[in-house]
Amino acid sequence: MKMMGIIFSNIYDDRLGDISSHRTLASIPYGGRYRLIDFVLSNMVNSGISNVGVITKQNYQSLMDHLGSGKEWDLDRKVDGLFILPPFGTGQKSVYRGKIEALWGARRFLERSNEEYVLLADSNIICNIDYRHLLKLHVKSGAQISMITKKEKITGHDDVKDMVVRSDFDGRVVDVLMHYGIPGVENCGIGMYILKREFLLELLHEANSYNLVDFEREILQAKCNLLNIHNLEFQGNILRIDNVARYFEANMALLDKSVREEMFFRCGPIYTKIRDEVPTRYTQGCCLKNSLIADGCEIEGEVENSILFRGVKVGKGAKIRNCILMQDTIIEDNVELDYTICDKDVTIQSGRVMMGAPAHQIIIGKGKVV
Amino acid sequence: MSRKKSIAMLLAGGQGSRLGSLTRHIAKPAVPFGGKYRIIDFTLSNCVNSGIDTVGVLTQYKPLELNDYIGNGQPWGLDRNRGGVHILQPYTKINSKSWYEGTANAIFQNIKFIERYNPGYVVILSGDHIYKMDYSKLVNFHEEHEADCTIAVIDVSWEEATRFGILSTDAEGRITEFEEKPKKPKSTKASMGVYVFSWDVLKKYLTEDDKSEKSAHDFGKNVIPAMLKDNKRLYAWEFSGYWKDVGTTESLWEANMDMLNPACGLYSDDDDLRIYARNYEGPPTYVAEGAELSESIITKGCNVAGYVHSSVVSSDCVIEAGAQVISSVLLPGVTVKKGATVQYAIVGQGAVIEEGAMVGKKPSPDESLEITVIPEHKKITGTVV
Repeated sequence: MKMMGIIFSNIYDDRLGDISSHRTLASIPYGGRYRLIDFVLSNMVNSGISNVGVITKQNYQSLMDHLGSGKEWDLDRKVDGLFILPPFGTGQKSVYRGKIEALWGARRFLERSNEEYVLLADSNIICNIDYRHLLKLHVKSGAQISMITKKEKITGHDDVKDMVVRSDFDGRVVDVLMHYGIPGVENCGIGMYILKREFLLELLHEANSYNLVDFEREILQAKCNLLNIHNLEFQGNILRIDNVARYFEANMALLDKSVREEMFFRCGPIYTKIRDEVPTRYTQGCCLKNSLIADGCEIEGEVENSILFRGVKVGKGAKIRNCILMQDTIIEDNVELDYTICDKDVTIQSGRVMMGAPAHQIIIGKGKVV
Repeated sequence: MSRKKSIAMLLAGGQGSRLGSLTRHIAKPAVPFGGKYRIIDFTLSNCVNSGIDTVGVLTQYKPLELNDYIGNGQPWGLDRNRGGVHILQPYTKINSKSWYEGTANAIFQNIKFIERYNPGYVVILSGDHIYKMDYSKLVNFHEEHEADCTIAVIDVSWEEATRFGILSTDAEGRITEFEEKPKKPKSTKASMGVYVFSWDVLKKYLTEDDKSEKSAHDFGKNVIPAMLKDNKRLYAWEFSGYWKDVGTTESLWEANMDMLNPACGLYSDDDDLRIYARNYEGPPTYVAEGAELSESIITKGCNVAGYVHSSVVSSDCVIEAGAQVISSVLLPGVTVKKGATVQYAIVGQGAVIEEGAMVGKKPSPDESLEITVIPEHKKITGTVV
């Protein structure tokens, strides 16, 4: 039973504001030294998947730079490996509008592959998951498509889930609700589907003939009673990143030891691009509390409840609280930051004070000097 | 056949017996250093940063870990179609000895390897020194002076001079005398064990040296004196940066401590002299509330909640709340439990310092420095000095 993987790198690009304005969602920095795609890609590799296509749409330069030949994930291979699939098509149809068109553009890759099963996955879910186990459950269930879900609480107000899945006792999906926001505990889709490769190609040919675009709405929702779709509930924890607030929360969640142990180690390690940094240097007078610090930093000031990426410098007398400082951020002396997200290569000049709020973080765009 | 201007031969076969338990299972060049490196990373990275893309690594003692670490050379960019890094182990030949007997003999036995690249110059390096050097400057000096051999030298104190190979030169840097570990040194120019030879000359001398029954087949003792005697053109090239031979636990500890002082130049993210290492996966380091860190370097994968002062902490170490690590080097995967104190020590990979244990002691001013070494995977309870 062999499975290949397809990763969508551009889902929800528009929801992360400045953080994704110049990169794909998949290449958003996360957790001090990772990009979001590292999780789904490492999970695939740790589950024995060695043929992975990454579908891109726009602004994928940073993603290409990050993935390179795929060697950090052991995907630089003679047979199979990592394939980046830029938009494919002619004339006006070159940039796809939905997953169906994206997969249609990648159908040659699907046809050429020889794995029996295919895993489709978004890149906005942080988790440590064993796809081998889920594939076994999928095969056992006899379903045509398995939707991987996670029980989540919908709190009301603005909490709207992209996809809620209702299933019967046998796990067969009876209803798929899109953009659903009525409070309660529901099985929410996490953008991962397992199905036979040949069956996916059949679905794509049919969808193409009807000019369908949206995989979730026009296939899963519209045909949930015609197709045998099963709900596979994931038992581990997930961190869902679909807006700036959740992105911030998902980073801060890593300050909890049990979350780190699950996300970084549960079924296998998470791989990422190597940067050959020196170890981090802590000088006299620095003060750290409850923070995650990557390599290559130099810390002379105070850092609390924060995530520091590789190569961050924090000057003397600086006070950093509840912040995410992406790689190569420079904080000069006596700067004070609270609830602030600094993108790559930001410099905060000495003496500046910036205070965000727990519900509204300040975002400083890539390369800005404040 | 195309020609490489210069290739490097890296002598990595030493046992490093003075490092005690640190080299019980691995060769000295494979000993972890500076938080995320191995000793050999410095010379390998120097080669790459100097534009040398062909490196023969001569191994002999406990090579498994070292060979595994070097692999195909990819972490250093030394996985090349032509050239790259090659592990050169001794091997059996018809009617001949097989083990490397002396530094010159090790190179002699690999003449075939060197000939494949037909180099103009061969740079001979040692795998157990910590320094950053641009070898291309040395090779250019060698070329400009039309030398047969150029030796990199560093200025040492008169006291230290008795431990090194000491050179005397004339006004333009030509070597007039070479003495191994002289009782009465005539200069303070010490050989760093970094040589560049014109290959045709070296090949001739290695072949002659091999025929000599009395020779110890050593560069310092035999080959260089023989060349001097024949009035060959030997030059000294002065190096002024940081350099340390980490032959003893004390010097290994000192070199680690020098990583903490940016003025030494070892710790820098300067792109031209970046040190590359094989990376293992691990999340960033977590620093808990209550941790006190100062004058230290810590790499990824650690959990730190205790007191760390003036120390080097390698990957995946755990320092619990109430534990103290002072002026020490923790190799990868060490756990220091609460109430334990580690000072002036090198703690081997995966060792566990149990609750309340005491490792090492602060040397009093009139004593010479003594560093406590904890063997790998050892569990320590009580007091170990």
